[in-house]
Amino acid sequence: MFFKFIMRRLLYVIPMLIITTLIVFSFILLIPGDPALALLGENATPEKIAQIHAQLGLDQPVIKQYLNWLGNAVQGDLGRSIFTGQPVEEAVFSRLGVTFQLVIVAMIFAIAGGLFFAITSIYFPNSWMDYVARFFGTLGTAIPNFWLGMILIIFFSLQLGWVPATGFTSITESPGAFLQGTILPAIALGATGMAQITRHLRSSLIEVMSADYVRTGFSKGINRWQAIMKHGLQNAMLPVVTTIGILFGNLLGATVVIETVFAIPGMGQLAVNSILQRDFTMLQGVVLVLIALIILINFITDIVYALLDPRIEY
Amino acid sequence: MKITESPLLEVKNLQTYIKTKKGEIKPTNDVSFSINRGEIVALVGESGSGKSVTSLSIMGLNASAIKYKPESSIEFKGRDLLKLKEKGLRKIRGNEIAMIFQDPMFSLNPVHPIGKQIAESVVLHKKVNYKEALKRALELLNKVGIPDAARRINDYPHQLSGGMRQRVMIALALACDPELLIADEPTTALDVTIQAQILTLLRDLQQELNISILLITHDLGVVAEVADRVLVMYCGKVVEEGTVDEIFDSSLHPYTRGLMSSIPPLHGISKDLLDAIPGVVPNPLELPKGCNFVTRCDFATERCHQVEPELTRYPSGNRVSCWNKLDKEGEMKEHVTTSINS
Repeated sequence: MFFKFIMRRLLYVIPMLIITTLIVFSFILLIPGDPALALLGENATPEKIAQIHAQLGLDQPVIKQYLNWLGNAVQGDLGRSIFTGQPVEEAVFSRLGVTFQLVIVAMIFAIAGGLFFAITSIYFPNSWMDYVARFFGTLGTAIPNFWLGMILIIFFSLQLGWVPATGFTSITESPGAFLQGTILPAIALGATGMAQITRHLRSSLIEVMSADYVRTGFSKGINRWQAIMKHGLQNAMLPVVTTIGILFGNLLGATVVIETVFAIPGMGQLAVNSILQRDFTMLQGVVLVLIALIILINFITDIVYALLDPRIEY
Repeated sequence: MKITESPLLEVKNLQTYIKTKKGEIKPTNDVSFSINRGEIVALVGESGSGKSVTSLSIMGLNASAIKYKPESSIEFKGRDLLKLKEKGLRKIRGNEIAMIFQDPMFSLNPVHPIGKQIAESVVLHKKVNYKEALKRALELLNKVGIPDAARRINDYPHQLSGGMRQRVMIALALACDPELLIADEPTTALDVTIQAQILTLLRDLQQELNISILLITHDLGVVAEVADRVLVMYCGKVVEEGTVDEIFDSSLHPYTRGLMSSIPPLHGISKDLLDAIPGVVPNPLELPKGCNFVTRCDFATERCHQVEPELTRYPSGNRVSCWNKLDKEGEMKEHVTTSINS
């Protein structure tokens, strides 16, 4: 039953991906600037430009260009960087690991923090803990992430010297160095998400705690903690799961800024460099993989939703 | 019905109040009554008459804005529930006093199977593990008439009909063999045919288990079906109390009479229009000086406007708070025991 549900959901993903490729391909054609000019410089002769166009396949009809690219992409070949000649998929996937690790740590920070603040705020209503939680809930959404990143660097790296300001070590190399390197960017990246989850979960919990079935729980003799954890949270999480799914996409996008602030060699940085260099094959690859990731997250969100809410029909 | 020992529950002078910016509201104003073992007592009244606040006071589950005057007490087996700490109350809730709520659509947790919700209560109060508690849940589901209970035990509330859900609520309430069951409008949200089934079930279970039931309702038809004794509430006060026979055969208060004549007749020619009680329940912030019912009473006299009547026992057995009790034909009879002219 559940397996069938997952398979059916997966089938929905295929047309989404095809439409995505079409959008990615056509939007990048709209970016101003000729890659041949970017490669050759201002003094390029028309012959040279035509030669590069032919090399890159840019002289062919757009639809043919798209089908060629799509055909190769399906086989895992996203073309080569027009600057370095490096295969795009190779560059993208080496960077993807970095960004993925960073985003996962940021997500854990956001979800754990959000759960902690929302639950304490509900468990101790109108206490100082509640006010602290509400304060962070507002502050987190108001502070720009790059600014928070810089403040964190100034305070924890430059003044206190606890952690390095820039750079990244993969968790597979050294978990300790990985944590040192990701903690600040993950906080900067996840703070907004934590605030969003806190606010959303808190209001959702307030609503759920006055529901009739929670009163039924109290009439059984459970205490407040049991009421929140056993009866409130699972129901209150339902709308928040959607927020978390959307948040993942936002965080992937926000890495563009955060990776620049912390000089982390991830997808965000790759995207920025590709845009600056008009490296359109690389940019296509980066955007395609990012969108595919977001579609994957939506797929996982659907499944989590079905697991949390028995009323969803498989 | 036998009354040989002290009552199971005794509510004395229950006075609750809510402070608002415009003044004090008294959801219950000096409510006193008792429930004996094995007795079904019905609390009848319109919305806002204070019946739900009364029942939630017994459970200690009123909203925190509702406060109690110090002279109020609710004695349950010799303990004053209003003086118990939260921890002590939790040991009583679901264990010795259980509650069924109005709307079974929303009273069960939508994300847990019904068996788990019943077992939760058993594990909480009895020294059993979860597996044994589930066995008890199955036994209870069978008892309340859930067909194919062994399979249904893993169903979620949305997979059951309204009547079935209310049966599950009853099973849940009976999980730990409570001595008092509070049923707050248990049939209001159900279809008429299902209402009768649920009432019969309650009555049968009550006789089998010899528990006491406090039945909260605005439906006198329900009262006639199951109750032993009736309390009629109006504006936070008990205005009439008596056995079912006393209330149905010879109610004395004009309000009780009004409630009864607004029941559609089951036999004979139906009247075109039901008799409705004229007017509306007064604003709780601006209650009349004398009798609370004075604004809607056909028999009100000057005395009713000035002085509040007290609950007085009559030879027929009823306790009534009215200056002008009514006789069998609904004619006004001058109150004889007290006189204001002296």
